[in-house]
Amino acid sequence: MIPAPFDYEVAESAEHAVELLGQHDDAKLLAGGHSLLPLMKLRLASPSVLIDIGRVSDLSYVRDAGDRIAIGALTCYEDAHFDETLKSSCPIVAHAAGEVGDPQVRNRGTIGGSVAHGDPASDIPTIMLALNAEFVVRGPTGERTIAAADFFKGVFEVDLAPQEILTEMRVPKTSSGWSYLKFHHRAQDWATVGVAVVLGDGSNNASVALTSMGERPLRAQGVEEALAAGEDPASAARRAAEGTNPVSDPMGSSEYRRQIAPVLTRRALEEALSR
Amino acid sequence: MAQVVERPERYVGGGVPRKEDPELITGQAKYIDDINVQGMLWMAFVRSPFAHARINGVDAARANDMPGVVAVYSGADLADDWAGGLPCAWPIAGRSFPEPTTEDPRMPNHWPVAKDKACFAGDPVAVVVADSRAHAKDAAELVDVDYEPLDAVVDPERALDEGAPQIHEDLDSNEAYVWSMNNGDVDKVFSEAALVVKERYRHPRLIPNAMEPRGVLVVPAPAQEEYVLYSATQVPHILRTTLAMSLGIPESKLRVIAPDVGGGFGSKLNVYSEEAVGLALARKLNAPVKWIEERSENYLATIHGRGVIQDMEVAATEEGKILGVRVKLLADMGAYLQLVTPGIPILGAFLYHGVYDVQAYSFTCQSVFTNLTPTDAYRGAGRPEATYAIERIVDALARRVGRDPVEIRRMNFIAPFDQPREVASGLQFDSGNYGASLDKALDMVGYDLLRKDQAERRQRGDAKQLGIGLSTYIEMCGLAPSQVLAALKYGAGGWDAATIRCLPTGKVTVVTGTSPHGQGHVTSWSQIAADALGVPIEDVEVLHGDTAISPLGMDTYGSRSLSVGGIALHFAAEKIRDKVKKIAAHELEVSEEDLEWTDGKFQVRGAPDKAKTVADAAFSAWTAHSLPEGMEPGLEATFVFDPPNFTFPSGAHICAVEVDTETGLVDIVKYVAVDDCGNQINPVIVAGQVHGGIAQGIAEALYEEAVFDENGTLTTSHMGYYRVPSAAELPSFDIDSTVTPSSTNPMGVKGIGEAGTIAAPPAVVNAVIDALQPLGVNHIDMPVTPERVFSTIAEAKGGRQ
Ligand SMILES: Cc1cc2nc3c(=O)[nH]c(=O)nc-3n(C[C@H](O)[C@H](O)[C@H](O)COP(=O)(O)OP(=O)(O)OC[C@H]3O[C@@H](n4cnc5c(N)ncnc54)[C@H](O)[C@@H]3O)c2cc1C
Repeated sequence: MIPAPFDYEVAESAEHAVELLGQHDDAKLLAGGHSLLPLMKLRLASPSVLIDIGRVSDLSYVRDAGDRIAIGALTCYEDAHFDETLKSSCPIVAHAAGEVGDPQVRNRGTIGGSVAHGDPASDIPTIMLALNAEFVVRGPTGERTIAAADFFKGVFEVDLAPQEILTEMRVPKTSSGWSYLKFHHRAQDWATVGVAVVLGDGSNNASVALTSMGERPLRAQGVEEALAAGEDPASAARRAAEGTNPVSDPMGSSEYRRQIAPVLTRRALEEALSR
Repeated sequence: MAQVVERPERYVGGGVPRKEDPELITGQAKYIDDINVQGMLWMAFVRSPFAHARINGVDAARANDMPGVVAVYSGADLADDWAGGLPCAWPIAGRSFPEPTTEDPRMPNHWPVAKDKACFAGDPVAVVVADSRAHAKDAAELVDVDYEPLDAVVDPERALDEGAPQIHEDLDSNEAYVWSMNNGDVDKVFSEAALVVKERYRHPRLIPNAMEPRGVLVVPAPAQEEYVLYSATQVPHILRTTLAMSLGIPESKLRVIAPDVGGGFGSKLNVYSEEAVGLALARKLNAPVKWIEERSENYLATIHGRGVIQDMEVAATEEGKILGVRVKLLADMGAYLQLVTPGIPILGAFLYHGVYDVQAYSFTCQSVFTNLTPTDAYRGAGRPEATYAIERIVDALARRVGRDPVEIRRMNFIAPFDQPREVASGLQFDSGNYGASLDKALDMVGYDLLRKDQAERRQRGDAKQLGIGLSTYIEMCGLAPSQVLAALKYGAGGWDAATIRCLPTGKVTVVTGTSPHGQGHVTSWSQIAADALGVPIEDVEVLHGDTAISPLGMDTYGSRSLSVGGIALHFAAEKIRDKVKKIAAHELEVSEEDLEWTDGKFQVRGAPDKAKTVADAAFSAWTAHSLPEGMEPGLEATFVFDPPNFTFPSGAHICAVEVDTETGLVDIVKYVAVDDCGNQINPVIVAGQVHGGIAQGIAEALYEEAVFDENGTLTTSHMGYYRVPSAAELPSFDIDSTVTPSSTNPMGVKGIGEAGTIAAPPAVVNAVIDALQPLGVNHIDMPVTPERVFSTIAEAKGGRQ
């Protein structure tokens, strides 16, 4: 409930945030606070300084950028969920944003915060992985872009240097079938297992990604290979748990997660093919 | 034009809007966290991270150096501050009911701050006092406690094993007690019966999640050696008496106030360490001391509920007529006996035959200590356990004899009755018509259509199967006739009190000994008083929750408030009317026999214009200018009601679930509840209680469980893992009622506060098992999580190969 003492700074811009990060050891960026503050209240995290980027309003946007859509890191879930551009050109993001937590979480939590946090139980990272998204990161020496496939490293571990800030996520426009099935016990829960499917031009070059099935969001390679080899979705889905090593926690044992992943994958493929 | 609102003929029975709500929904309620006084210090508790550990020393040096710290105390430092340990008011010893026993109860010492040993993870071992909440908390992290971890008893079934760690060194065993009763020739009935069904059921440990956690503020008046203790409690009166004893403070010097309290569900029916420590430190430091519980602290330090294993048996005829019920419980007391811990299983002891007519009955409860958070009363307390066991086993019996669950219930129901009737457990049920609520519920749920849908899905082999579950429950409220409590070794009476004070302006003050914390007593009590006295409801004010204002009372728990405290109010109003009648007769110069009570006033028979209202009499009684010879001035009456019997609400709940057999997810598609709580004072409040109650029952059935690892560490330690369901998980409830007035009280009321929580679990679990019949599943334990359903199906499939 009560975090350990910390200092607080407000960043006016992404550049300012980078500058402030350079001035403090052990500083953390604060976006929506819906991952960071609970950890601090439980005293599982105790940064000495919080740098609040929540007021950098020019990092909250969804823009049509030709063949891609650019999403500002500080876009909250609720805005993404109702965004017309996303709904028409990359509906899986709009849909998944509406599956996160509860209305309070969706109004405060940010898409960028979710990506930067690197929780393997989070929904948006899985979607980004399935979409082969690209992330734009700003640091003291300027900007770089990095592919989602290279960004997620481990539990709460991402490819961000201590002085870097994530500014934008770029996702492709999609016109084919998609699905995100989030299996959870309560509406407000994280996914026990989540399955994202984005079809290419048919099911044989689909990308399939999994939530809560390992230390980071994973591509279900076995399923993708089987589909590429022409197997029907039902039999391809059986390979969903291949190579995964999910945690056991109060939401479900590792074994159970591996048991239902194929079922959910089959259903997600069926749903994607029907769209 | 100003609207004149006429007093309706009757408030009782109408859905009068809750008087409490404007303040609650506009944020004007005052909870304990809203109360702050000058110079207030804050406490933070250092709690054992180990379930069982010897305390070899407490070093407060680092903590003492922290900013704002006033003092740090270990259990040893406070050893001389107690006149006694924390109270357990229900010292049950090994005994058989109703014959008393000669055995002594096994009551461990329970010091507010542990001295030598911590007995559960969360047990307070030191307390820090500082000038702010944050300072206290920061310093508490730096208190160095030298713990020597010991093996812990985590599984109640292992508590009595040879070589199990001995939890309390002042006792000779981890067994708290064995309590049993026997009615009829149980063994004979079971050995001669055509069939016996036996099953084992488990009730998960539950964490009561009141919206407001606990909190305490103690304000001393050093010169007078007086203390005002504010606590988020259900039991200000019990708190006052017991804390006065534990602290050696004259009871007259202690005033306890329960301000607005945000729910309790039994968890605030207790006397806790933090309250005792707050009082001790206010006395020691001569300063106001406050503590507000954190949610994660609440999960460890506030009592848990349930935690019972049941071996349930019924003996029956070939056709399914139940002859006898025999049950053995193993109850997990946790580390200490809190206020009524030992009594909780006993509150269900008389109800394991449910609404069924049986000849022989036997109940045994063995209770053991574990190194876990103490258990105690949680909404339903004992009765959800009983209802679950009998309603589950009746379904098992139905499957065994190949009958529909509706049919098996109908053939076993106690026939309708409206006067007290003795039942197999030895109690006198007050009234009941169990078939009536079942019939209504079946009708509402569309039973035949559901069965048809179910048959079709089975035929098609759908992944999502439909199941229908019934629960025709009975419970007991009106805790309690004081003499019965004496026989059960409870440490206090079961009466309650009401005072009515008629003010000279015609306004009415009602003082109740009950202590509402969300139930709406202010509204219901206003309705009762307004009708009984013929005044508009706006003119009635209801006071409660402050021992200086309401000195007499036994507080609120066990759905007792209306059937005890409300009846006290009814009788107090009769006393007022008796006096008003005397004054009216005197002033109207007629004899009392010539007066009749109509339209809320005393009228002279045949001359309606000659009348006196309660307000008239209140004014006369205040001026006292011309009262009848010898009459005391003033119009005030107190009544203390000791109920002659319990009340027995009942009803029928039907739940339909869809079970995803591929993932194990259960979805409630329909939920119908027909409750019979006798006469209803306020049907809207009744509906609110039913809704919340069902939600909490479904929570036990499908979602909630306090899980500990093998070391006794709580793994479901926050709301992310301890799954309290929200509106999003719950269906829209379809509710109605039947009315079978109680025969034991003049208002014919029974109680509704816990019914939903008592009724719902077996309805839900029976539905799940029903859905899984085609897969050969006959048993599943609560909470019915997706994973549990999945693995149960897998086992059943494996078993059939
Ligand atoms: C009750 C509840 C339920 C939830 N349910 C779900 C759920 O179902 N699914 C789900 O996916 N999530 C869920 N969440 C988590 C939620 O999605 C978080 O909001 C999100 O993961 C983090 O976003 P944020 O903006 O709140 O980040 P913060 O909490 O502010 O920050 C999280 C971390 O990311 C860093 N960070 C934030 N923004 C940036 C940036 N632009 N650049 C670099 N680093 C940055 C911070 O320094 C911090 O380390 C839930 C949270 C709560 C409280």
